[in-house]
Amino acid sequence: MTTRDKPPVLVVLQLTGGNDYMNTVIPYTDPNYYDSRTTLGIDQDSVLRVDDELGFHPNMGPVKEIYDRGDVAVVHGVGYANSPRSHFRSMDIWHTCEPDIIGTEGWLGRAIRDLDPDGENPVTGVNIGQGMPRAMLVPGVSVASLADLSTYGLLTSIEQRERRDKMLTRFVNMYGQAIGTGPVQDYLGQTGLDALKGADILKDGLGRYSSGVEYADDPIAKSLRDIAMIHTADVGTRVFYCQHGSFDTHAAQAPSFDKLWTEVSGAIADFWDDLREHDADDNVVMFLFSEFGRRVRDNGSGTDHGAAGACFAIGPSVKGGMHGEYPETRPEALEQGDLVPNQDFRGVYSTILEDWLDLDPVPIVNGHFERPSFIESNGVPA
Amino acid sequence: MPDSKDIVLMAHLMRRAGFGATRDEVERRAAKGYEETVEELIDPPDDVPRADHHLLFRFIPSTETGGPNPIPGAAQWLYHMVNTQCPLEEKMALFWHHVFATGNSKVDNDNHLTMQTQMFREHGLGNYRDLLLRVARNPAMIFWLDNNENHKRAPNENWGRELLELFSLGVGHYTEKDVFECARAFTGWTIAAKIPRAPLHRFNWRFEFRPEEHDYGQKTFLGRTGNFDGEDIIDIILEQPACPRFIARHLYNFFVADEPQVPAWSVEPPRDPEAIESMAEAFVSSGYEIKPVLRAMFNSDFFKESMYRKVKSPVDVVVGTLRLTGDLQGPDPRLAAAGQEPAYMGQSLHDPPSVEGWHTGREWINSGSVVKRINFVADRVSDVELPGVRSIVERVAGEDAAMTPGALVDRCLEMIGPIEVSNDTRKELVSHAEDEGPLAWATDDEYKTSSRRVGDMLALIAATTEYQFA
Repeated sequence: MTTRDKPPVLVVLQLTGGNDYMNTVIPYTDPNYYDSRTTLGIDQDSVLRVDDELGFHPNMGPVKEIYDRGDVAVVHGVGYANSPRSHFRSMDIWHTCEPDIIGTEGWLGRAIRDLDPDGENPVTGVNIGQGMPRAMLVPGVSVASLADLSTYGLLTSIEQRERRDKMLTRFVNMYGQAIGTGPVQDYLGQTGLDALKGADILKDGLGRYSSGVEYADDPIAKSLRDIAMIHTADVGTRVFYCQHGSFDTHAAQAPSFDKLWTEVSGAIADFWDDLREHDADDNVVMFLFSEFGRRVRDNGSGTDHGAAGACFAIGPSVKGGMHGEYPETRPEALEQGDLVPNQDFRGVYSTILEDWLDLDPVPIVNGHFERPSFIESNGVPA
Repeated sequence: MPDSKDIVLMAHLMRRAGFGATRDEVERRAAKGYEETVEELIDPPDDVPRADHHLLFRFIPSTETGGPNPIPGAAQWLYHMVNTQCPLEEKMALFWHHVFATGNSKVDNDNHLTMQTQMFREHGLGNYRDLLLRVARNPAMIFWLDNNENHKRAPNENWGRELLELFSLGVGHYTEKDVFECARAFTGWTIAAKIPRAPLHRFNWRFEFRPEEHDYGQKTFLGRTGNFDGEDIIDIILEQPACPRFIARHLYNFFVADEPQVPAWSVEPPRDPEAIESMAEAFVSSGYEIKPVLRAMFNSDFFKESMYRKVKSPVDVVVGTLRLTGDLQGPDPRLAAAGQEPAYMGQSLHDPPSVEGWHTGREWINSGSVVKRINFVADRVSDVELPGVRSIVERVAGEDAAMTPGALVDRCLEMIGPIEVSNDTRKELVSHAEDEGPLAWATDDEYKTSSRRVGDMLALIAATTEYQFA
């Protein structure tokens, strides 16, 4: 790897609802898999084989191609002890790195604070989606959050451009004047100005973007396209967040799971093609996670909440291949019918934080955890 | 006729004891009188309508039960808040949800959160002792704080601790030993599954006392010794002087002015200790009846003088805007989406971030939520087709054929509130209005242009820092 002049960027894609690990990275030579997945087992011949034990789901062709280029790292058996198997609680734990108490600070919010300690750039962190994921929330840290880049901004219901611009000028004056009139007003004034500045920066980027890549017409493709637009506009964003779902496939899993992975794989491949076209791919790592995997035995139609899952790191800077051990699938090795995690998720975060973003992971993930090594180099000179 | 001071004060009362009110409602209530309105809010006559939930379920049955999915429950609650004519009942339900914060993130059974909300709606203005007992027996709460794991031989302290720390006394008014003894007294207060209403449905829970799980041994709690059970523990808690003060401070923070976050209360004194004392006194002297303490609070000078000292909560923003503009009235299919709007601003109904409830005041504001807040209001108040906005436009126009830009600003501030803004803000609003010159209302075209300018002005007012405060 060469030394780059651009700082490393992280794109997080959350697979919401509990992605079925075993049907994503399939142990296609394991009899336990076929014994447990009597309805949902993927036929050996359809599996996209990557070695003589594991292969990807048939609808993950585009991801397999990237894998074959050496740009996909799969981290096995990720989770944490005593999974509550509740979506919301588990998602909270992944977002705050606090499995025992209810945490109030998100891990990426902390990372954004460390990347931009004086809050100089209001778009250091960007979330694509409604609301703000708890992972990005830390009091006092500004993060831009937008459902759709093309309609993002303040007072967007005022359609006529000239009128709206005039109103926004008033907004800047009013919020600037609020600063210095009291602590809450100071904070509100500054936050309002940050939000508007962030929106302006992102809008400018939108104007400059053009691409030969045609993304599909589904939500995750739109989100990743927005991220590509902002990233290629070079506005200094270091952490992006988006999500897709729902992977909560309790019933009639096969068709919905097929569709979800068609969408996710296609969007990922288009995203990387787009970045390559703009020569903007080598400082990006994409990270995929889900709040848990699913039950080993299918329920005849779908799968119920499980424990261990897989994480993916994608990009030219990752060490492609399989990392860690696939958890044991023997019935006696399972806990409540679920794969037992053998890699703490906070260790995976630590690798991303330290090896990629060049941050001290310990205060962010609340401790020391065994770290898998899946980043080749972040290009930052030692 | 109410004078302008009465109007300003009534708008304040309605923002706090309800979710704001249209100008017509403010004037109607002000004409009736301040104390009379307080009385009507606290003790609504039987003929004042609540939201009709049968109507909701008839037209949108999907809002009835969500199982693990919290979206129907939030939609249902939003419907109640937008449509009720007894807004203080809903405000109190929201208050108790803040205090006894229970989250679907763990409960994973939103039907029970909805039942809990209904319990707060029915009993939130009743007696605090009765409410504490209901909460102690509430299935969602029992599961949320693990009291179903609180066994005679293996006590679990979660409920016992939060009862003392967050629901009644506050840190510093009990020892670790008290927590343990409190937990022992609640052993055996658990939940049992009810047979589901249909095959493959989710099992509902009901409260169950299991004598074989209960620790009948002697306990020493807050200096008293005896064979206490949970009810005795609650009675001992109510004897502590810290208890009425703690709940009074919660009420003050929710209805009067922003206090520091709850964990700081053991070290930071209240901003108005006298107010807390007077509320605590009203609470105790009535035997923990909730209405007398609310009556004392709303009729007090400290309440009347507390205008704009609270940052609006996301629910205040969303419900207030819908009620002001007349949007989303009745059983509207957009309720499910709208029920999530407070969540996008940081207040997910039925899913507070922790048992401590939401952090309030300036912590409602971040760079994501401020955009959502402003746009949510501006989108609606600039839509002159909405019935509430149309009536604002009509009142702004009045009988005048022409109007100065300054008059436009002042009338808009009157009709959307009234709200007060700083001189700097007013200057900006006026010079914005001056950009397009004086307004005319005589011809249809003039009326149309001027209406649009009213909508723009209301949107700009919604974007002010002042509008973020209640």
